[in-house]
Amino acid sequence: MSALNPASHGGLSKPALPFSPVTPLIFAALIASYFLFPNHLALATQILVLMIFALSYDLLQGHAGIVSLGHAVFLGLGAYGSAILARWGFTDPLLGLAAGASISALVALVLSPIVVRGSDFTRLLVTLGVASLIHEAANRMRDLTGGADGLADFEVAPLLGLFAFDFEGRTAFLYALTVFALVYAALWRVTTSPFGLALRGIRENSRRMPAIGSPVARHLAVSYLLSGAIAGVGGALLAQTSRFASLDMLGFERSAEIVMVVTLGGTGHIAGVSIGAAAFGLVKDALSTVSPRYWQLGLGVVLMASVFLARGGIGGLIERFGRFGRRA
Amino acid sequence: MTAALATTALSVRFGAFQAVRDVSLSVRAGARHALIGPNGAGKTTLVHALTGSVKPAAGRILIAGEEATGRSEAQRVHMGLARTFQINQLFRNLTVLDNVLLAVLERNRRTAVFWRSVRNDRAALDEARSCLAFVNLLALAERPVAALPYGSQRLLEIAIALAARPRVLVLDEPAAGVPAAESAAIFERIHALPASLTVVFIEHDMGLVFRFAERITVLVAGQILTEGTPAEISADPRVREVYLGRRGDHAA
Ligand SMILES: Nc1ncnc2c1ncn2[C@@H]1O[C@H](COP(=O)(O)OP(=O)(O)O)[C@@H](O)[C@H]1O
Ligand SMILES: [Mg+2]
Repeated sequence: MSALNPASHGGLSKPALPFSPVTPLIFAALIASYFLFPNHLALATQILVLMIFALSYDLLQGHAGIVSLGHAVFLGLGAYGSAILARWGFTDPLLGLAAGASISALVALVLSPIVVRGSDFTRLLVTLGVASLIHEAANRMRDLTGGADGLADFEVAPLLGLFAFDFEGRTAFLYALTVFALVYAALWRVTTSPFGLALRGIRENSRRMPAIGSPVARHLAVSYLLSGAIAGVGGALLAQTSRFASLDMLGFERSAEIVMVVTLGGTGHIAGVSIGAAAFGLVKDALSTVSPRYWQLGLGVVLMASVFLARGGIGGLIERFGRFGRRA
Repeated sequence: MTAALATTALSVRFGAFQAVRDVSLSVRAGARHALIGPNGAGKTTLVHALTGSVKPAAGRILIAGEEATGRSEAQRVHMGLARTFQINQLFRNLTVLDNVLLAVLERNRRTAVFWRSVRNDRAALDEARSCLAFVNLLALAERPVAALPYGSQRLLEIAIALAARPRVLVLDEPAAGVPAAESAAIFERIHALPASLTVVFIEHDMGLVFRFAERITVLVAGQILTEGTPAEISADPRVREVYLGRRGDHAA
């Protein structure tokens, strides 16, 4: 497939190539981890969810240029959506994914008119405000959401009716890996589509866009909706693979965390963001088993490094390295 | 015959300051119509109001007889009104080709497509290339805009506007900041535009205005001072006073 050939992408303007030769390495590492760390598949699955969530937020911030401090709302809605559906007896995992995507897309659709308009600052406040409203609503609706205790009393049927979710988490990992691959491919496609070009246009010169007849607000609303739907898929996957849905999945900490993850990975760079999310998940797990305080300290250092030393994050490093390699 | 572009008693205010005052303008289809006037006369503001990036305080705008006053800037483009900017408004980190391709895709309303590669749209690519060929930029199609010489960037401004396939094209100082030798080349391209296209342009160089315009509107302090043929305008003592007065004894 020519889609997998980075050279075929050369037509789109150069900076911030969304598809990079690093992509095969990412998937090779993910597949290798299945064989190399069979005892850590639960962690690996959580990291895949984080990678999906990061890609969904990158579509919003990196490609559409919309900052949000409430993106975890869509992760949480996806998690609750699939968990609640499973509690009602609809335990098919793919149905759960579809439900997670739909409910998040629906809420994004409702919110988009207020998020799309306004400056970065108003967007931060609005998304923050909406997120805390939804968090509180989920907390109050105990019958539906389990309140502070969350939801754990649901089943997940075998995938495609064939592959049961085993105790070692093998099915869960391979399931998450497949969904990640699909999301990765989908994002690559979206960002190299006519729609993706329009998003680049908005970031490059939002003033010129209406002067060429562009429905800027609609473009932004569509990317908000797509981004919400993908986060919803991630949330559903999280609930299904961890057998748990809880308030923290739509909380502020997750929303803030994903902004950091995407900054570290390099906004607008799909491969960089994926690697950034994986690195973040690994380091967080390693440091927080030592001490939560180390984690906070490490996080601070890594973030400052990514802002001051490596502009453009990991994606920026990949691009610079790639250019260096081509010259040599 | 209905005018290609018309305004009635159009006014624009910035707070207490009235930048455009009671402008009633009628541009015939296929015209080459110049808008002149000293700096700060309100020419650019009038263009903003025509195209919809600034909301008028009063008055109406008609495009080919159709009411455009309440329409958004993007809607007016789809009604057939495109413009260029006095200060370049380009997509600087995109290639020259992608700048024009984006405009073609927006006109086609193809930018809603997110499931196919932008490179698959052969028809749109061909059209973008033909817009570039018209302004002699095809050889630079794969360059990023930021690497383009300034004069070529001014031509790209025009190519992007042409990609909207306008019926009326408004050019705000298309040769602004370009050395005299190159500005003639830019106007030569404007002159080569199809005769059916209505062109309104702002220009300071009177030589170019008299050479390329068949009708001239003079704007002073937001108001129309007069309108006429090049011969009438060059003979009008009030116009001479505005222009000579600025350069001459009133300059201090
Ligand atoms: N956004 C704005 N806010 C306030 N005043 C403005 C604004 N834009 C233009 N003006 C003023 O309106 C007048 C007309 O400006 P402009 O339309 O740019 O003139 P021209 O294009 O004829 O040189 C100037 O005095 C300018 O300072
Ligand atoms: Mg001006």
